[in-house]
Amino acid sequence: MKSYQAVIIGGGPAGLGAAIALKKQGIQDILVVEREHHLGGILRQCIHDGFGLTRFGESLSGPEYAQRFIEEAQRLQIECRTDCTVLHLTEDKIVTLCSRAGLEVVAARAVVLAMGCRERTRGALAIAGTRSAGVMTAGVAQHYMNLRNIMVGREVVVLGSGDIGLIMARRMTLEGAKVKGVFEIQPYPSGLPRNIMQCLNDYDIPLYLSHTVTEIRGRERLSAVTISQVDEAMRVLPGTERELSCDTLILSVGLIPENELSLDAGVVLDYRTKGALVDEYYQTSVPGIFAAGNVLHVHDLVDFVTLEAEALANAVTEYVKRNTMPDCKLTVVPGEGIGHVVPQRCSGRDAFTLSLRVTRPRRDCIVTVHQGGREILRQTVKNALPAEMLQYSIPAERLNAEGDLEVALL
Amino acid sequence: MAVMNREFDVVVIGGGVVGCAIARELSRYRLRVAVLEKECDIGTQTSARNTGMLHAGFLYQTGSLKAQCAVEGNREFDRVAEELDVPFRRTGKLVVGFTEAHRAQLEQFMKRGESNGVPGLRLIDRAEMDRLDPTAGGNFAMYVPTSGVLNPFLYTIALAENAVHNGAELFRSCAFTGEIRLADGRHCLHTTRGDFVTRWVVNSAGLQSAMVSAWLGKPGYTIAPVKGEYFVLDKRAGAHASISVYPAPNPDNTFDTHATVTVEGNVLVGPDSQWVEELEDYATSPAGLDGLAEDGARMFAHMKREYYIRSFAGVRPKLIDPKTKKVQDFKLEAPEDIPGFINLVGIESPGLTSALPLARRVAEKIRGREELSLNETFTPYRSGPPRFSELTLERQAELIAENADYGEIICRCEQVTKAEILQAIHSPVGAATVNGVKNRTRASMGRCQGGYCQMRITQMLRQELGQSITEVSLSSRGSYLFTGAVRGGGEE
Repeated sequence: MKSYQAVIIGGGPAGLGAAIALKKQGIQDILVVEREHHLGGILRQCIHDGFGLTRFGESLSGPEYAQRFIEEAQRLQIECRTDCTVLHLTEDKIVTLCSRAGLEVVAARAVVLAMGCRERTRGALAIAGTRSAGVMTAGVAQHYMNLRNIMVGREVVVLGSGDIGLIMARRMTLEGAKVKGVFEIQPYPSGLPRNIMQCLNDYDIPLYLSHTVTEIRGRERLSAVTISQVDEAMRVLPGTERELSCDTLILSVGLIPENELSLDAGVVLDYRTKGALVDEYYQTSVPGIFAAGNVLHVHDLVDFVTLEAEALANAVTEYVKRNTMPDCKLTVVPGEGIGHVVPQRCSGRDAFTLSLRVTRPRRDCIVTVHQGGREILRQTVKNALPAEMLQYSIPAERLNAEGDLEVALL
Repeated sequence: MAVMNREFDVVVIGGGVVGCAIARELSRYRLRVAVLEKECDIGTQTSARNTGMLHAGFLYQTGSLKAQCAVEGNREFDRVAEELDVPFRRTGKLVVGFTEAHRAQLEQFMKRGESNGVPGLRLIDRAEMDRLDPTAGGNFAMYVPTSGVLNPFLYTIALAENAVHNGAELFRSCAFTGEIRLADGRHCLHTTRGDFVTRWVVNSAGLQSAMVSAWLGKPGYTIAPVKGEYFVLDKRAGAHASISVYPAPNPDNTFDTHATVTVEGNVLVGPDSQWVEELEDYATSPAGLDGLAEDGARMFAHMKREYYIRSFAGVRPKLIDPKTKKVQDFKLEAPEDIPGFINLVGIESPGLTSALPLARRVAEKIRGREELSLNETFTPYRSGPPRFSELTLERQAELIAENADYGEIICRCEQVTKAEILQAIHSPVGAATVNGVKNRTRASMGRCQGGYCQMRITQMLRQELGQSITEVSLSSRGSYLFTGAVRGGGEE
């Protein structure tokens, strides 16, 4: 059985970022496994710009951003296998690969989970109505239009104000489709303010908050949807229903970290993030299996995925060299106003980056971190949005080796 | 596409599971057999929109055709599944009760089941239920060891492929529109694909069976469409369950919402029962889905939102007495006054279980009127394509070595390979739509619902069948997926 120091599952921004950083830190035996024909992951279909502002200080398109990492990986002669799917992953870090060349089982000292995320579907939302053609997730529409030059519809309703939905509202408008509106069940948008501005406002596409699609009509092809208003508890308000004709319904209703392989390996997930429970070294509950990027928690910007993957690489390098990581017995608990935190465990000895999301929009508020009742971080936030990930550095000197951490929004 | 004046011995109207079973049974004889299906694929209506349950037969009036066919179909299905190479598991079933009234009902159905010839029925207590499946709801249950689950799409397709292999012909997108009698007594059937001349015509039109019956000279039947909605739950929910759990039947001998582990390991929650107006309206409703969520939780402890992957509806074609509204038995007749006509009306549940028994009875009717000689080349065996995800690593490796297309995973959730999709497209009863591929291979049936594979499947349909962008369809005619190329964009 062939063995590697690190097997990285996924050749998108997280996987490539981790691979390049590992190689630079002297880890020689790396394998990146990518199921698609090209490296780059979802960035390949994100032809709009705005990527790289944090990481590179310039605005790149998705393919341009990906290309920098692809070229770097090539220059460093990192082994990347495309058209290769991981069928199985065990807790002993045995990886079964499947490609046209056959099945191959390899052993890994460390495994990096970098599988990204998938989109929530109509079925998961249980929207009633017919099963007509013309209902698809934003990412599927984006794939057809940007990678295959295929137009998916003419008269469009977008459900959910996730970033990809906003991008696709603009993209379809530019292709001559009529986008009748973006309908968001929450009382606030779930996409970034800059996308609301540049994708909707600039194109006069209306955004309806506290609205949702309650029924889908049309026998063969979508012909209309029923739109309803909802109350604060997101219950449909009777009497507010109206029908809106359309041939296309684009869903942008959430992203779910893709953890099928993680579960097979026995990795414990956080029900909040739907990603692995990790410590400050991005190590999961299974020793030697690490996770970063959207498979760990859904990010708002790819730049932060890259930065997270690069931080993970430091820890993986440690692990590959020593075969063990420091104990992380302290838990990091999301308290009042906090949706989730990453990491969920820490050692109390090393500095780490705390990532979090707030549960609802708040102005002029304060993020605090307490350890055993003692405040170790206090940061004012002018405008806290669920759409934006917040990150804070927790310095080592403020931490104790004892006592759980609680994060709250005041 | 038009087919002019094709001549057959038997034409079956309707390519559902019963029509395909009839064609398969008739292909045992030296008969020229055709099946006409109005949809662009077989088995897309009632045959595709059900629980996939192999019923035991305890529910139906003793002596009724429903009881006879269910018991007969149940008894033989291990052999049938082997002959046709279709997935099937005899999981057993729990019909559960909460109250003493339920207990009395279950006792009554146990008696009925015994007189229908259903083996092994017994009442069990909660402790024994826990041993069988602790996730089942209820305080006690009737245990039905012979119930099973099968894949209704694959069963219908297997019957059709076997029939075609044995010489039957299948005409899809071929809707029956009317009939005239020729001077020699044969039927001339008008269809959207031309005329078919035949000595025998079999009405197996399911939801449309009353209408087709009237067009063929036997009016007066009333089909009441009864809709049932379902949730499909993730295989991760299925991992918690091992047996189908049904509530005690209603006074009218129907079941409320139940939870069934499918042969592939998902859980189906449903169906409910709604008397509706339209025959082929498959929309789910907000109220229906809410009801399923509530009722389903009583049957299955893991009825959680996070496990939802899809919802759908089916419609049962119930033959009713128009005056009393009472549901009637299956109607299978060869009216004396209409020679060369075999009529099946109101084939609803347990139609899947009863398909082959009904088909044999159709063959009997024909044999009662004329001498039939055996088709010496008939084989009851059909082998389906290997299902990559269900094989051992060794076997998977062998397959890839033989055919590299097995090494290309197209559907990530269900691990369906390119080789399987190519076989689905090019089989003797091949798929030409996204759902056609899905029903044959499970590609896009998983939790991402085609988010990863649909683009690849549409690409393959175009490549393999030469479909243009706007011809690519989800399911039926008119369900186009694309409106054209992007502006100024040379495609791909």
